[in-house]
Amino acid sequence: MTSGRKLRILVAKPGLDGHDRGAKILARAYRDAGFEVIYSGLHQTPEQIVHVALQEDVDLIGLSCLSGAHMYLFPRVIELLKENKAEDITVIGGGIIPVDDIPKLKKAGIKEVFLPGGSLKDMVDWAKANVEPCRYGERKE
Amino acid sequence: MGLAKRVLQGDVRATARLLREVEEELPGAIDELKVLYPHTGKAHVVGITGAPGSGKSTLIDVLIDAYRKENKTVGVIAIDPSSPFSGGAILGDRIRMQRHATDEGVFIRSLATRGWHGGLSKAAANVIHIMDAMGRDVILVETVGVGQAEVDIMNFAHTSLVALVPGTGDWVQTLKAGILEIADIFVINKADKQGVNEVEVELQAMLQMGAPSAAAWKPRILLTEAINNKGIDDLMEVIRQHRESLIASGRYEAYLRERSRLELVEVLKSSLMDRVSRMATEDDYVEKLIDDLASRRVDPYSAASDVLKRIVQEGKF
Ligand SMILES: Nc1nc2c(ncn2[C@@H]2O[C@H](COP(=O)(O)OP(=O)(O)OP(=O)(O)O)[C@@H](O)[C@H]2O)c(=O)[nH]1
Ligand SMILES: [Mg+2]
Repeated sequence: MTSGRKLRILVAKPGLDGHDRGAKILARAYRDAGFEVIYSGLHQTPEQIVHVALQEDVDLIGLSCLSGAHMYLFPRVIELLKENKAEDITVIGGGIIPVDDIPKLKKAGIKEVFLPGGSLKDMVDWAKANVEPCRYGERKE
Repeated sequence: MGLAKRVLQGDVRATARLLREVEEELPGAIDELKVLYPHTGKAHVVGITGAPGSGKSTLIDVLIDAYRKENKTVGVIAIDPSSPFSGGAILGDRIRMQRHATDEGVFIRSLATRGWHGGLSKAAANVIHIMDAMGRDVILVETVGVGQAEVDIMNFAHTSLVALVPGTGDWVQTLKAGILEIADIFVINKADKQGVNEVEVELQAMLQMGAPSAAAWKPRILLTEAINNKGIDDLMEVIRQHRESLIASGRYEAYLRERSRLELVEVLKSSLMDRVSRMATEDDYVEKLIDDLASRRVDPYSAASDVLKRIVQEGKF
C-alpha cells in the first residue's frame, strides 16, 4: 500500500439521533473501496463538521441524518462551506428523507441523496464516479 | 500567495492542503517545505503510544484541554492503520476529541499509515514540521495502537508517553515489545479499574533492573483516569519537568542534532530512490544493470557504485 492519491471522505452524523450503525457500515464500505474515511462520531453540529472537513482536507462529506432535521442541517453545512470558501468539497446526504425534500436539498447544493434500502455499492460507485482527490493547485483558494 | 506563507500566518485551509500535498508527495510540496523549515523547531512534540484501546485519544483530549487552559495552541496528529487489503482506512481517533473541533487553537489531523511501519506514517516528520511552522506550541502525536514496535515515535517526540491499562495483560505485551526503553513517562490509564497496583509494582521492578541510575531522567510512572479527567494536572507537570530536564542536561541539543541527522539520511534515501526509479523508466539504464546482475556479469556493489557515479555526473537529483 504505497502512497498516491487517496480520496478522503468525512462521514458525519449531524443532529440528535442516537445511533451510528449505518454511518459505521458506510465508513467500512468506503474503506474497503480504498478511501480514507474520517469518522468523528455522533451528534455533530454543522460547525463541527465543517471545521473537521477543513482540517482534514476531505474531498467528500457524507451526511447521515435520521432525526428529520435534514432540511436545516444539510443546507447549513453547505452554507458554512461557502463562508469558508470551501464549496469545492462535495456533499452528499442520506437517511430518512421524504422524497419531496430531495429536489430542495439538491437545490441547496447537496449533490446526491441516498435513501435507506439503497445499496452500499451504489454509494461507493457514486463516489468513485463523481469525486476525485483534489489536484495540486487545482482547488479554488 | 504561496501555501507556505499562508501556513506561517496560521491559515487552516492552506495548512490542511499542504499536509495533503506532502502526504501524497505531490510536486511543489518540497518547495513549500523549504520555506517553512527555518520556522520550525519551536513546538514541543509529545508522542503517545500504547496498545489499542488503552486510552491514547482520550488522554489527548484531556491534554488538549489542559494546554488550552494555559493558552497554548495545540496540534494533534492521530495515526490509524491503513487496511492492507484495500489501502483504505477508517480514521476514528477524532471521536474522542470532538469537543475541540471548533476551537481555532486546536488543529487535528488524522493520518493513515499507508503501509508505513513503526506506528507512524511516512509523512509524519513533515506533518510535525508544518504544524510547528504554523505556530502550534505543542504537538501531540498518537501512534497506531498495535502494541508492538511503534518505536519510530522516539525519533520525533521530545517527550514519549506510553499508555498502559491495568487488568488486561496487554501491558505485558507492550513492555515485551521494547516499549520500555522509549518511555519517558508511563501513564497507567483507566486507573479506575482493578489491578493498578500490580502493573505499577511490576513496572517499577522492570525499570529498576533496566535503567542506569546515573541517567539524567528516570522514567516516571503516573496514574490517570483520562475519561474522568483525573491525574492530568500531575501528568502536565511531569511533561513540563521532562522538558526542563532535557534542556538543562543538554540532551535537548543532542536530540535536535540526532533528529537532524536522521532526517538528512531519510531525505537522501528517498531522493536517491526517486532518482534511481526515474532512471529506470527514462532510459532503461537500471533495467539493463539488473539484467547484468541477474546473469552475474556484474555484482550488486559495482552496479550500485555505477548508479551513484552516473547520478553525480549528471549533477542533479
Ligand atoms: N474506565 C475507563 N475507560 C477509559 C479511560 N480512558 C479512556 N477510556 C475508554 O477506553 C476506550 C478507548 O479509548 P481511546 O481513547 O479510544 O483509546 P485509544 O488508545 O485511542 O484506542 P485506539 O486509537 O483504537 O488504539 C474508550 O471507550 C474510552 O472511553 C479511563 O480512564 N477509564
Ligand atoms: Mg485512538
